[in-house]
Amino acid sequence: MADQHAISTPAHPSTFTQNPIQRFLIATEVDTRLLGMIGALAIIWIGFNIFSGGLFLTPRNLWNLSVQTASVAVMVTGMVLVIVTRNIDLSVGSILGVVGMVMGVMQTQILPVQLGLGLGHPLIWSLSLLAGLVVGVGIGALQGTIIAYLRVPAFIVTLGGYLVWRGAAWWVTMGRTVAPMDQTFQLIGGGPAGSIGFTWSWIVGAVACAAIVAGLYFGRRQRRRFNFPQRPLWAEASLAVLGCGATIGAIWVANAYPWPVRIAENYAKANSIAVPESGLFISHGIAVPVLIAVGVGVFMTFLTMRTRFGRYVYAMGGNPEAAELAGINTRWVTVKIFMLMGGLCAIAAAISSARLNAATNALGTLDELYVIAAAVIGGTSLAGGVGTIAGALLGAVVMQSLQSGMVLMGLDSPLQSIVVGIVLVFAVWLDTLYRRNKH
Amino acid sequence: MLDASTPLVEMTDISIAFGGIKAVDHASINLHRGEVVGLLGHNGAGKSTLIKILSGAYKRDAGDIKINGEPASISNPRDAKAYGIETIYQQLAVADNVDAAANLFLGRELVTPIGTLDDAAMESRAREVMGRLNPNFRRFKEPVKALSGGQRQSVAIARAILFNARILVMDEPTAALGPQETAQVGELIKQLKSEGIGIFLISHDIHDVFDLADRLVVMKNGQVVGEARTSDVTKDEVLGMIIMGKVPSGAKPGPGAISG
Repeated sequence: MADQHAISTPAHPSTFTQNPIQRFLIATEVDTRLLGMIGALAIIWIGFNIFSGGLFLTPRNLWNLSVQTASVAVMVTGMVLVIVTRNIDLSVGSILGVVGMVMGVMQTQILPVQLGLGLGHPLIWSLSLLAGLVVGVGIGALQGTIIAYLRVPAFIVTLGGYLVWRGAAWWVTMGRTVAPMDQTFQLIGGGPAGSIGFTWSWIVGAVACAAIVAGLYFGRRQRRRFNFPQRPLWAEASLAVLGCGATIGAIWVANAYPWPVRIAENYAKANSIAVPESGLFISHGIAVPVLIAVGVGVFMTFLTMRTRFGRYVYAMGGNPEAAELAGINTRWVTVKIFMLMGGLCAIAAAISSARLNAATNALGTLDELYVIAAAVIGGTSLAGGVGTIAGALLGAVVMQSLQSGMVLMGLDSPLQSIVVGIVLVFAVWLDTLYRRNKH
Repeated sequence: MLDASTPLVEMTDISIAFGGIKAVDHASINLHRGEVVGLLGHNGAGKSTLIKILSGAYKRDAGDIKINGEPASISNPRDAKAYGIETIYQQLAVADNVDAAANLFLGRELVTPIGTLDDAAMESRAREVMGRLNPNFRRFKEPVKALSGGQRQSVAIARAILFNARILVMDEPTAALGPQETAQVGELIKQLKSEGIGIFLISHDIHDVFDLADRLVVMKNGQVVGEARTSDVTKDEVLGMIIMGKVPSGAKPGPGAISG
């Protein structure tokens, strides 16, 4: 069949280009935009490392950076879907605040005191988390319903939500800070105890590498089944090596950061371990919040790429009318997106309040702006239809890197705001140029 | 068994108003298997509105729709699709930012046993259908935005025929196309007709309609001026119906006909 023949031997563009880098990019089908962002991040990191006198690229700073990014990273994955469907959510910081308060009150008052569960009871952290998720998803459902069914613009609904939920956060305890959190709940926030340690980190790394290789293998097998053009084998191999290399590198960095001396000594004393001359080296490994953020990132990528829901989100962003005419229940999809966003705010609230070991009514203030900025820096277009989870996560890392780098350099906080603001505008301008040249 | 004389679609006394303006006013129209009915009229004559009621994009204020002689309740595009009604819209109704296969299966994606999207299977079916429709089509991996108007229209048409439509509504299917692509669409309409599909062809190009339609219905100011077999009237007479609402002797007058 002539058609079959044409499919199996496509005029691959790589045959026309000589430059080995271009050939590599085309053969591996990597997203050049994402690659550009990784390049920009590398420049930022190396720049800060030089200007901070080598303080930036240390296991300690990178580990902290990863923990600080986790909360915004969790929320930005939902914000991508919100923005892709031409909506916006200005209320995420306030939802984080009120949910943090609810979880705080649950674990310090309602469950241990009013319901009489003993301190440290396993139901305390789990029920608190569950309550937070229910409140978060509920708020999302309410806002989503108003947006989708009552047709009030998302900007207005969530601007209202921004005020309402921040006020509600205050009302939960009349402004009183809630602390300390449950021992198990605190693990969600990271710290030496809230990290999974040397061995488990490597196990997670091994699983991730296996998943990367398996993903490439099954993708290839699937394309072979239908006789579609495939990547050359060397390109698949390079992708596997790069993916696994990045994973192993990240695990190595996390494991290279030891527990603080005092905590390690206390731990050794409590477990009667002999402390060697050179001091006890206990690896942090991956922090629990980072693990959660990565898990959320993988889940959300799966959701957007491999499910009908994800497909509808992008179709609605590209052409809402076409999506509606294709028989998609666009209103219900919108409600689901905002419910998802609320749930992600709840997870972020758990991370933030556990890390602070307290719930305050200022928790999450300005987070909505960081989340939106991260999504936009990560290539999510406010015009709708365009944006990836991976890009947005990278955007979150870029934002946090800027902040943490400027702190290391000792810049004043007003100056930090100025720099972040300029970078945001600059990044979007670059993106506009990139897209214009591509088409 | 279906009686051959039972119309595939029977729309009776359909009315819809937008803010006091009667866009469609007691219009009746029908369609048989393997028949192409041309729907003619000026912009604003109500032909697109009438047909959007059939495809579920608008809800009628009054009137009945029967499919295969059975009363049908159509209140959204999903209902219409369930009756085998597929629509190709004037403004190319495709999602620009996703690829051809995603557009073809939009709202009816193929899924794997565990419920995830089966992209490879969808791409395979897409290649098959597009191969039949437009053998030169190769750009399966690119967002539809990158395609030419004709290529996009072939995606829209492929979407309609992919799911074995029994009733096809084409709203100005060739408006955005060049001459060669228009001819292709014409061939396609003849092919679909021979497969027993009933087609509503909306156009203000009277030549298109004379080439392709068996019967034509003319609308003016939301009302049906008249209907005629294409062979019974001349182009000039049809123009008279469109412009002045004057019904020639070969045609059956409707409520919108001017008397005398």
